[in-house]
Amino acid sequence: MLSVTDLEKVYEGGERALRGVSFEIAANDIVAIIGPSGAGKSTLIECINRLTEPTSGTVQLDGTELTALSSRELRRARREIGMVFQEYALVERLTAMENVLSGRLGYVSSWRAFRRKFPSEDIQRAYATLDRVGLAGHEDDRVDELSGGQRQRVGIARAVLQQPKIILADEPTSSLDPETSRAVLELLTEIAAEEKIPVTINIHEVPLARAHADRIIGLSDGRIVFDGLPDDLDERAMDTIYRNGSTEETGGDDRQPRHFEAQID
Amino acid sequence: MTAADDTAPGEWERFDTKRRLLRFGLVLVVLGATVASWRALDVRYVYIETAPENIADLFGRMYPPDAAYAGEIVDPMIQTINIAVIGTVLALLLAAPVAYISARNTTPNRATHALGTVIVAGSRSIHSLIWGLVFVIVFGTGVLAGILAVAFRSIGFIAKLLSEEIEEIDAAATEAIRATGGSELDVLIYGILPQIKPALAGISVYRWDINVREATITGFVGAGGIGVELQNSIGAFRWDAVLTILIAILIVVVASESISAYVRRKVR
Repeated sequence: MLSVTDLEKVYEGGERALRGVSFEIAANDIVAIIGPSGAGKSTLIECINRLTEPTSGTVQLDGTELTALSSRELRRARREIGMVFQEYALVERLTAMENVLSGRLGYVSSWRAFRRKFPSEDIQRAYATLDRVGLAGHEDDRVDELSGGQRQRVGIARAVLQQPKIILADEPTSSLDPETSRAVLELLTEIAAEEKIPVTINIHEVPLARAHADRIIGLSDGRIVFDGLPDDLDERAMDTIYRNGSTEETGGDDRQPRHFEAQID
Repeated sequence: MTAADDTAPGEWERFDTKRRLLRFGLVLVVLGATVASWRALDVRYVYIETAPENIADLFGRMYPPDAAYAGEIVDPMIQTINIAVIGTVLALLLAAPVAYISARNTTPNRATHALGTVIVAGSRSIHSLIWGLVFVIVFGTGVLAGILAVAFRSIGFIAKLLSEEIEEIDAAATEAIRATGGSELDVLIYGILPQIKPALAGISVYRWDINVREATITGFVGAGGIGVELQNSIGAFRWDAVLTILIAILIVVVASESISAYVRRKVR
């Protein structure tokens, strides 16, 4: 399904955000990526659909090597990757319906998009999806009139409308209160299961990850330091991920030069 | 050296001696420049003495305004407003791509950004009267020269304000459009355009209102509209007709300004 191999990202300032990340995701997997701030979670997600260009390594989706595509081919590939963003990333001045239909932009001509002439099956699916995320009746509300939770539901509906092969969610709940966070994450994982779309979620809240993911990947300092079932995420694994662990996975002599790098940045 | 160094404890001075001297020197430079400019111009003050007399004389010849003439200037006045409308629309069409390449977040590369900046600066640094002169030479006298003069003067203004709006949009929303597989054109019309639409409406109507005033002037060089009438009346010493035209311009300008202010209040 999705396979990431030796992904590296060095930012212009010299900061190494990813240091050789490899993993595979099977169909229908719901994977949570956890780790402290600055561990490279967002970079990893953005490197998958190349919103951020990886420095080296490969990303394959369903046999297509995304990292080798031209910009035109990449646009076609991106149609099949849904994305849910931290701050919703909706066009605030457009209505919920228009935002959801923007998930079909990759399939309609720009001229039709300009006149908002989407195919009727897209419109029907948009209505159904808005209904599914609990926003029936809000179709014509402008997004800046909606609450945070409602906005993220629009964001999820937009991603689902792409009928993607995978959904990438970058901290989808971090702008929401705890109760709304739980509801939104539940909705996202349920819809993914219904539509049989695998989901990769960056998330801060470990309890939410445990409750909703089938598998957890722990990222620390640009490396994968944990990859297993939620039940395997014990105290020691948490130490490794969040406190740059006293375990053998991140050795002591390995740490020293990195501190030095951080200082000169 | 700081202020604390040369003052006793308990005293306080905003600036130390060095900076005080510097500031005093700057004031002297400004005064000197003012006096030098004044002397270089060699203004002849004798005319000031006769000015009140001349003003009285001018008003005497202007008043009462030629009411019968009012009917004749309706058409050129409408022409002036039309020049402003078409000039603004043309300027919008030409300014949109310039704004796109002038905004740092949408310009394709550094060369296009520089090109946009040059177009904006060029358009703004040349007054519409000069544009009018140029276009009257190229296309002859008449409304076409007026429309182009008004349009070319407006490109820089509109492109500058629009590009500033584009630079302030929510980048996450456009990123999301890109992530759905949308093309750059989709990003523009689905992500950027809705975000700058209120500004676009506001800027257009504001520029239209400025252009009504500009179009009254461009007629002076033969570029159509009420300015031509004004120029002719002044040339023929028909001062009562001049007053009629000035009153008409005042009415139209006040009307266009209030329309513009109303629309801009509504779209924000």
